[in-house]
Amino acid sequence: MKPSNKRRLFLKSAVATSTIGVAISAGLITPSAVLASWPESAFTAKKSADAINALFGGAAAESDKVMVDVADVAENGAIVPVKIKTTLDNVENITLLVNENANPLTASFNIQPEVEKEVSIRVKVGKPSDIIGVVKADGKLFSNKKHVKVTQGGCG
Amino acid sequence: MSTSVKIRAKAKGEKVVVKALWTHPMETGLRKDKNSGELVPANFINNIKCEAAGKVIIDADWNATVSKDPYLSFSYAGNKGDDFKISWTENNGATGEKATKVK
Repeated sequence: MKPSNKRRLFLKSAVATSTIGVAISAGLITPSAVLASWPESAFTAKKSADAINALFGGAAAESDKVMVDVADVAENGAIVPVKIKTTLDNVENITLLVNENANPLTASFNIQPEVEKEVSIRVKVGKPSDIIGVVKADGKLFSNKKHVKVTQGGCG
Repeated sequence: MSTSVKIRAKAKGEKVVVKALWTHPMETGLRKDKNSGELVPANFINNIKCEAAGKVIIDADWNATVSKDPYLSFSYAGNKGDDFKISWTENNGATGEKATKVK
């Protein structure tokens, strides 16, 4: 990096920091708001229903139009492949929770209409647990679940 | 250690299949170091954004319970040659991004 670029970066970060610092001390924003929009209360909730409520402000109705695809038995809880898909229309969000984990909420995807209504991801599962898929479609919440047994826990 | 991501974005007709694999420990903050016995601080990717042809099509928040070396796969309506970009943020404020073309 050229010295001039470094200086620019330093100036940028100094300006950014001081602006946020002033905003915090003035009580305009709380520190958690500084860390973007990560919905902390939802991610630290200890129960799935509380996490869903914190994230969406409501509860999900069970629906077989949400499909949770996970193996019946996962040998290694540290890496459990999960696929969530749906046949619902106007999907805005697909969310995944591992019910028995200390903090069930694992991933929440806001998706645009271009995206096919299916996401695959690998998650940690601490002990045998329901994997819950929540889909927000047409402004309403739907969910389904599937149980996975783990022979070796994946948290810790 | 810096975070990196491998992206494969491949067109199949009018559809693009994306597979992304990060290199990241995804520490929950609950694991103890085997030697020192001290807790390893939380260190995880907490937000990812996928941009196709200049538009954010996925904006996802993650917890530390996404597996180490996160893998994500999805498809979207798009074409060969389109720009595709993934950017991410970590809980400690680190950020990164990688751009590619749909093959």
